[in-house]
Amino acid sequence: MSFDLASTIETLEGSFPGSITGTVEYRGETTVLVDKKDIAGICRTLKDSFGFTFLAELTAVDYLEVKTPRFEMVYYLHRFGPEYDENVRVKLKAAVTEDDPKIDSVTPVWKGADWLEREVYDMFGIEFTGHPDPRRILMPEDYEPFPLRKDFDVRNREASKLSFERALDQDAE
Amino acid sequence: MERVEFISERSVINRETGLREETMMLNMGPQHPATHGVLRVVLYLDGEMVVKAVPHIGYLHRGIEKLCEHITYQQCLPYTDRMDYLASICNNIGYILAVEKLLGIEDEIPERAKTAEVILFELGRIESHLVGIGTNALDLGAMSAFLYCFKERERIYEILETVCGARLTTSYPRVGGLPLDLPDDFEEKVWNFLKIFPKTLTEVDKLLTRNRIWIDRTKGVAFISGEDAVDLGLTGPTLRGSGVPYDVRKAMPYLGYENYDFEVPVATDGDTYSRYLCRLEEMHQSLKIIEQALNNLPDGPYAADLPDVVLPEKQLTYTRMESLIRHFVLVYEGFKPPAGEVQHAVENPKGELAYYLVSDGSGKPYRMRVRGPSFVNMQALPQIVQGSLVADVIAAIGSLDIVLGEIDR
Amino acid sequence: MGVNTNSILGGDGFLTTTIEAFANWGRKNSLWPMPFGTACCAIEMMGVFASRFDLSRFGAEVARFSPRQADLMIVSGTITYKMASVCRRIYEQMPEPKWVIAMGSCTCGGGPFDSYAVVQGIDEFLPVDVYVGGCPPRPEALIDAVMKIQKKIDMEGAPVV
Repeated sequence: MSFDLASTIETLEGSFPGSITGTVEYRGETTVLVDKKDIAGICRTLKDSFGFTFLAELTAVDYLEVKTPRFEMVYYLHRFGPEYDENVRVKLKAAVTEDDPKIDSVTPVWKGADWLEREVYDMFGIEFTGHPDPRRILMPEDYEPFPLRKDFDVRNREASKLSFERALDQDAE
Repeated sequence: MERVEFISERSVINRETGLREETMMLNMGPQHPATHGVLRVVLYLDGEMVVKAVPHIGYLHRGIEKLCEHITYQQCLPYTDRMDYLASICNNIGYILAVEKLLGIEDEIPERAKTAEVILFELGRIESHLVGIGTNALDLGAMSAFLYCFKERERIYEILETVCGARLTTSYPRVGGLPLDLPDDFEEKVWNFLKIFPKTLTEVDKLLTRNRIWIDRTKGVAFISGEDAVDLGLTGPTLRGSGVPYDVRKAMPYLGYENYDFEVPVATDGDTYSRYLCRLEEMHQSLKIIEQALNNLPDGPYAADLPDVVLPEKQLTYTRMESLIRHFVLVYEGFKPPAGEVQHAVENPKGELAYYLVSDGSGKPYRMRVRGPSFVNMQALPQIVQGSLVADVIAAIGSLDIVLGEIDR
Repeated sequence: MGVNTNSILGGDGFLTTTIEAFANWGRKNSLWPMPFGTACCAIEMMGVFASRFDLSRFGAEVARFSPRQADLMIVSGTITYKMASVCRRIYEQMPEPKWVIAMGSCTCGGGPFDSYAVVQGIDEFLPVDVYVGGCPPRPEALIDAVMKIQKKIDMEGAPVV
């Protein structure tokens, strides 16, 4: 492999001192644990200087009562190699606390992060500062709870029924 | 459903003509014949030209990711069918591969299972592209192409029905291999399909590829450059139509794809016509792969020999106590992968489908996340239709080849 | 017309005029379906309209996507609460007489999706005439449902809402 991931991570540790808190290797995947305050800068560096032009995945996990901080943002970045078999995929994880569920948006770095971040907001309630269009995407606009949080029951249809009734009333007007 | 104002921006006075101008809002509502499902696109028009397009999704959000946190890994499989329901078998295989990666048993899957999965995957690709091209053509008025494509889809349904009993939502593979051996007439049916299908493909080709009307409606329509496409995260024929040769089968091979001889079609123009050509050629390449796989279909076991993961043979559960207990435990509690997280990507006909699984050591996934290619591809719509006519919006949506089940999950 | 009503209705004992029987015969043999397809069942419904399981054999050839021109709404696919208000609105735009087929398990009772966003059966907000189970139901099942609607039209005429 002509692309050296380890030295890339070392360079990042140099440019963003204190933000890279560790690396994990599991089942052939490399994970870099980052501090959320520098996530936009790290992503920008990885895209511009190291060629990770493709954002493959952006999601979050809710670790209610399993560990703190509660939320963890997961980013999968992908680099196209010049040859087919030199594609590199790296994972970034940034922890987000429950008291301050905000993180910088990476939409200025990759336009494709737009809807992915909207979905994370819709499902988990994590807000993205600097996002051009922070609205709900999958649930109705007037829906209140955040469904994918672990303390929300999967069969709880009350909020959906409320939104449905409001829509019927609006139609009747 | 949220209210949208009829006048999008304040009306402005055109300095040259002295007339007051405002854009008109046109709602392509969730119920529409050409939106490939329940997609709502709010168009702001200046005459016939689109100034802004805002897609609204979520009308089919069923909560699959949340539902899968309450059931065992094997029980999640039928939910994966119903996401990209045009090529359910591809979704299934992608999910099974992700779970096998989580368990760490990728090397123990027998060759027969892997080769059968490749054949079914490529049949799923053909299935999906037939709908993609068929509905794209139907929206633009070419109804015969739609009927030919669906006729061929019926043939694939027949093959899937002999294999697993269901036409559309297959739920066929299991973690560790296949649930049952392939039926005896499977190979014969697929060989027959390989003989008949190229003729229909040539007919569709003749109907559309050099058709003056088709070319006028699709060339230059809904253009996106390669760089923009990568920035937006597009994958699949939508990306390859703009000149970027990224295909997960070649970049991060799985199921032995590195051993098959096939090409990845890439077009350079970045418009609807290029994407159509990519899909058409991909079907030819899929036939090539299926032929190679059929020639190499080995005999042997159809599931791995892993008592912790694979259900025992049914006959044994009737006679042996250990097999019965093992069956009971595997169905009731499920196998327990070690705590950890993985992502596995496959080349779905629509793009890169990736499953991100987080395991906490129990039999149920802690988090199952599906990166649907249509969800990310849909983001391109506002950009590609800006400045084009309303009729081109229909062509654009068709060329993105979206399926709402995958967008909304 | 000189028709014996008893022989048309099979001696069921319904008293009806010949004009109504004639109108029912006309309605049932030229149902104009409106495919309200949302998810996987919509693909099987497209298969029914395609060449192998041809629904136009039963007169239901003209699939109108505009509710104002249709009289049979085939709701196929999961209906979520976000979509439910749209579905109700479309139903109200259809002129009388109208019938509804609930195709697939999701419309009959939520199907496999017992979650926060899915309506557990469209009869929560729509009057349904025929339920077709299956996930998705085979095209023959949908054709059977259309035939049941035809039988229902014969027996009851236009439904009273």
